[in-house]
Amino acid sequence: MIKWKSRFNNIKGWLYLLPAILFLGFFMVYPLIDVFVYSFEEGYNSASQTYFGTGTYNYSYVLHDPYFLQALKNTFLLVVITVPLSTGIALLISVGLNSIKPLRNLLQTVYFLPYVTNTLAVGLVFMILFKKTAYSDGLVNLLIQWFGGESVDFIDGPYWAKMFVLCLYTIWVVMPFKILILTSALASVNQDYYKAARVDGTSKFRTFMRITLPMISPMLFYLVITGFIGAFKAYSDAVALFGTNLNAAGMNTIVGYVYDMLYGDSGGYPSYASAAAIILFAIVLTITCINLLISRKNVHY
Amino acid sequence: MKVVLRNLTKKFPSRDKKNKTDVVAVSNFDFEIPDGKLIGLLGPSGCGKSTTLNLISGLEKPTEGQVFFGEDDVTNLPPEHRGIGLVFQNYALYPHLTVRQNILFPLENLKGKDKLSKEEMLEKATEAAKLVQIDELMERKPGELSGGQQQRVAIARALVKRPKVLLLDEPLSNLDARLRLQTREEIKRIQKETGITTIFVTHDQEEAMSISDMIVVMKDGMVQQIGRPQEVYDNPANLFVAKFLGTPPVNIFQGQVKDGQLVLGEDAVLPVKGAPDGPVLAGIRPEGFLLRKSGAFRCQLSSVEVMGRDISVVASNKAAMSPMIRAIIGSENLAEVSVDASQVSFDLKPSKVFLFDKRTEERLHFNTK
Ligand SMILES: Nc1ncnc2c1ncn2[C@@H]1O[C@H](COP(=O)(O)OP(=O)(O)O)[C@@H](O)[C@H]1O
Ligand SMILES: [Mg+2]
Repeated sequence: MIKWKSRFNNIKGWLYLLPAILFLGFFMVYPLIDVFVYSFEEGYNSASQTYFGTGTYNYSYVLHDPYFLQALKNTFLLVVITVPLSTGIALLISVGLNSIKPLRNLLQTVYFLPYVTNTLAVGLVFMILFKKTAYSDGLVNLLIQWFGGESVDFIDGPYWAKMFVLCLYTIWVVMPFKILILTSALASVNQDYYKAARVDGTSKFRTFMRITLPMISPMLFYLVITGFIGAFKAYSDAVALFGTNLNAAGMNTIVGYVYDMLYGDSGGYPSYASAAAIILFAIVLTITCINLLISRKNVHY
Repeated sequence: MKVVLRNLTKKFPSRDKKNKTDVVAVSNFDFEIPDGKLIGLLGPSGCGKSTTLNLISGLEKPTEGQVFFGEDDVTNLPPEHRGIGLVFQNYALYPHLTVRQNILFPLENLKGKDKLSKEEMLEKATEAAKLVQIDELMERKPGELSGGQQQRVAIARALVKRPKVLLLDEPLSNLDARLRLQTREEIKRIQKETGITTIFVTHDQEEAMSISDMIVVMKDGMVQQIGRPQEVYDNPANLFVAKFLGTPPVNIFQGQVKDGQLVLGEDAVLPVKGAPDGPVLAGIRPEGFLLRKSGAFRCQLSSVEVMGRDISVVASNKAAMSPMIRAIIGSENLAEVSVDASQVSFDLKPSKVFLFDKRTEERLHFNTK
C-alpha cells in the first residue's frame, strides 16, 4: 500500500516535470545530438540531405582553418581578459556603492543604465568614441592627441587596438548585471558580522577578505561561471563594433565562425559549423567543470 | 572594571518624513555599574536597550553624556580599543569558519606588542572553549551546532580576549524554553567564574530577575528603576515597573483613598495612612491575597486552578482594570474555598499592595500601621 503510494508520488513528480522535459528535449537535447551527428558526416548538404561518408574530417578541417584559429585566439583572449576584469571592477564598484549612503540610489541607477540599453546602440556610441573617419579621429583619439600621443585607429587599425576596444566594450556591457547582483549580495550580508568584526578590531582589509568575500562567494561564483559561458559565446559585441565581416577584420569569435560557416558569404557548410560548435561545447563544458571543482573548496553556501 | 554612564543620551534622526522630531532612543542614562557584577538591562522591545549596549560598546556615539571604564573616559574611543566582548542575539558566528577558527578570529587581529604566537592563540582558544564546555566541537561549523551550542561558541569568542566588560544583547531569545533556562544558569556560572563585569539585555523579566545582581528597568529610553531584583519587585517605583515584573502579573484596580482607607468598589479593603485622599490606581500582587471567609475584599469567583504547591484563584471584580484577577494561595487553604460558591473574600497583605497616582502613575507611599 505504502509502496504503491510512493510510486504514485514518484509518477506524479515526473508528470509535473514532463512539459519542461519535453520542451528541453525537443529544443535542446535533440538539436545537440543532431549537431553532434552532423559534425561527423563529411560534406553534408542540408538541401539534398546527403553526405559522402563519416569520419573526423570536419574537425581536422576546422582545426586547420586559419580563420577558426584566429577566432579561437580572439575568444580565449576575450574570456581571459574580460571575465576577471569585469568581475573585479564590478566588485570594487559594488563595495563602493554599498559603503556610501547619499546618492546611492541615483548611482545604482546610473550604473545599471547600460543594461537596459540596446547592444547595438552602445556599439554606435563606441564607434563615435573610437572610430577614425575622414572628418574626425574620434573622441578618444582627440584625447590621446591632447596628451601628446599618436592617434590610433581602434576600429580598422592594429590588432591590439581592436582587441582593446572589444574587451572594453564587453566589460562595459556585462558590468551592470554584475553590479546589480553584487550590490544586492553585499546588502544581504548581516550587519552583525561587521559589528562583531569591528569590536574584535578586525582591519578593513581582513574583514573584506575573511568575511565579506566568503559571504558573497556563491554570487561571485555564479557571476564567474555565467561570465565564462557568456564570453565564450560572444558574437554580437564584435558585430556591433566591427560589422558582419569579422573574418576580414580578424576579429571573429567562435560563435561568429559557426554563423559564418552556416549563413555567411562563405557559408553553406553545416558540417564544419557543427564541428566548430561541438569544439566550443567541449571547451565550455571543460571550463565549467574546472570551475565547479575549484568552487568546492572556495565557495561557502 | 566598573562602568560609569553619565547623562548618556542618544538621539536618532527621524526616518518619518512627516514627523521630523528626533527619536530619543536613550535619555539621560545615569548609572554606575559596580565591578564584577551582572547587570540585567530590562524593558519592552524598542525601549533603547540595544542602543544603550551599543553606546557602551562604542558601536554608537552618544549625542550627549559620557562613558567611563574605571576612571578612563572612553566616550570617544573606538570599540576595538575598549576591551569589550559582545554577544549578539543571532550569535553572528562566521558560518564558513569552524568553531576553532571563530574563537581564534579576535586573537588573530592582535597587532604589535600584543601579537601572540600560534601556540599561545590555540591555548587561549582551547581555554575559552573549555570554559563554556564546547571543547569537543572545535572542528564543527556553526551550522552543525544546536542553538545553545552556537550561543556558547559566541560567548567563547567574546571571552577569548579576556574583555574588561562583557555585553550580551538578548542572548537567549533564539533558544527554546528549556535551553533558555539551562543557558542562563550557564551565563551566570561563567560570569561568576571569570568575574567580568557583564551587562545582559533582555525583554524577559523572569530571565533578568533570576540571574542579575542588579536590574535596570527601562521604558521609552528612560530608566524607570535600578536596584536588586527582589528590591525592585517588592518596591516598584511606578505602575510600569509594577506591571512589568512578576508572573502572573500584578492585578490593577481603580480605587479611592477615603479617610485613610483604600476603597475598591464598595469595600474598604486596607488602611493606608499617609496616602492622600482621592482616586488612585491600586496594584495587588497575586501572592498578596489571603483567603478569609470574612475578608474585606469581595470578588466574584470564576474558577480555582490547582497547581500542586499553590492554588490559583481566578475571580472578577468591578473595580479591576482587567476582566479577571488572579490570586496565588498556598494549597493548604484549598478547604477555604468551595468551588460552587459564587463569591470569594480576601484580606490583603499590605506589603503586596501598591498605590499609584492616577495621573502620573508614580508610586504613592503609605503607612501600614
Ligand atoms: N540606527 C537607528 N536609527 C534610527 N532609529 C533607531 C536606530 N536604532 C534604534 N532606533 C530607535 O531607537 C529606539 C530604541 O531601539 P533599540 O535600542 O533597538 O530598542 P531595544 O533594543 O530595547 O528593543 C527604537 O525606537 C528604534 O526605532
Ligand atoms: Mg534590541
